[in-house]
Amino acid sequence: METFQNTTHAIKQKENTACFLRGLRAGIPIGMGYFAVSFTLGITARNAGLTPWQAMAMSMALHASAGQFAAIHVIASSAGFLEMAVTSLIVNLRYLLLSSSLSQKISPKMKGFHRFFMAFYVTDEIFGISAAQQGYVNPFFMYGAALVAAPSWEIGTLLGAGIGNILPVSLANAMNVALYGMFLAIIVPPAKKDRFIAGIVILSMGASLLFSWVPGIRNISDGFRIIILTILIAGAAAILRPVQTTAAESEETQTENR
Amino acid sequence: MNHNVYLYILTAALAVYLIRLLPLTLIRKEIRNPFIKSFLYYVPYVTLAVMTFPAILSATGSTVSAWAGFLAGVVIAYIDGNLFRVSLGACAAVFLVGLFL
Repeated sequence: METFQNTTHAIKQKENTACFLRGLRAGIPIGMGYFAVSFTLGITARNAGLTPWQAMAMSMALHASAGQFAAIHVIASSAGFLEMAVTSLIVNLRYLLLSSSLSQKISPKMKGFHRFFMAFYVTDEIFGISAAQQGYVNPFFMYGAALVAAPSWEIGTLLGAGIGNILPVSLANAMNVALYGMFLAIIVPPAKKDRFIAGIVILSMGASLLFSWVPGIRNISDGFRIIILTILIAGAAAILRPVQTTAAESEETQTENR
Repeated sequence: MNHNVYLYILTAALAVYLIRLLPLTLIRKEIRNPFIKSFLYYVPYVTLAVMTFPAILSATGSTVSAWAGFLAGVVIAYIDGNLFRVSLGACAAVFLVGLFL
């Protein structure tokens, strides 16, 4: 009995290690993109009067690009703490949707405390690669990705605030699309396999373009545009084609196929 | 203002953490409702697509190099799908096209 337990424990540990390593690798392109974006963020923070350490502290505490630009704006305008809280809630509201989606990718067997650590790293990018995992998400996959991505976000902010324009513009421009490249790598392959998802992706991009063009509507902030379109399009998709497979079921088929 | 900055950061951090944490801790069971289940399944595709386009077009300081990065990203993702290569390919396309602008 004891040896049996030891073996299952060893297997689980091995799987966790493998997921962790996979996470580290997946974190590299995220870290690259983070570095470029957080560098710009650091410059903005310094222009708003924050010290490099304050800028880095903010990056360590928030890990949210649009959220941090908004927070810097609130600090610079010396607004009250309530305004900071409300602004942060509104600008970052999409994480509510992302975390809800992620909650369905968590194994019922996972220890509860992991949820508190995973929540800390629900960024668009780390969420994206986690959602793209087959079956359940192993928390160690997220930790691995975060271990590479988060420090480059934090150090990028520090350097941006500290030494400003040391990065050549041509390189900074190129690195700015790293995150978008990643998003494409997450949404295009499933779209290739599934025409319905391809339709959703194209519709989403088209609607997003429309929202940034049409007078009146284009004044809606990025945060709300993302939320409105996600609710409308994902809602319509759910009505048009309800899905059968869940993380649990695709986990089962995966095990059967092994 | 200076002595307040860390309090500001703490306030923002708490708000953001709560938004991320609440769904993860409150939704502990598999959702059975077919509509909500399907809705959450489609969320990542819509959110990431909306965030990518057209924002990517203004990310590089030149619409031309940005289009190059976008198209390179789509094509490499379609053929290959590897996160790292797609990301790097998009960056490389922007950099190379930027050389000629």
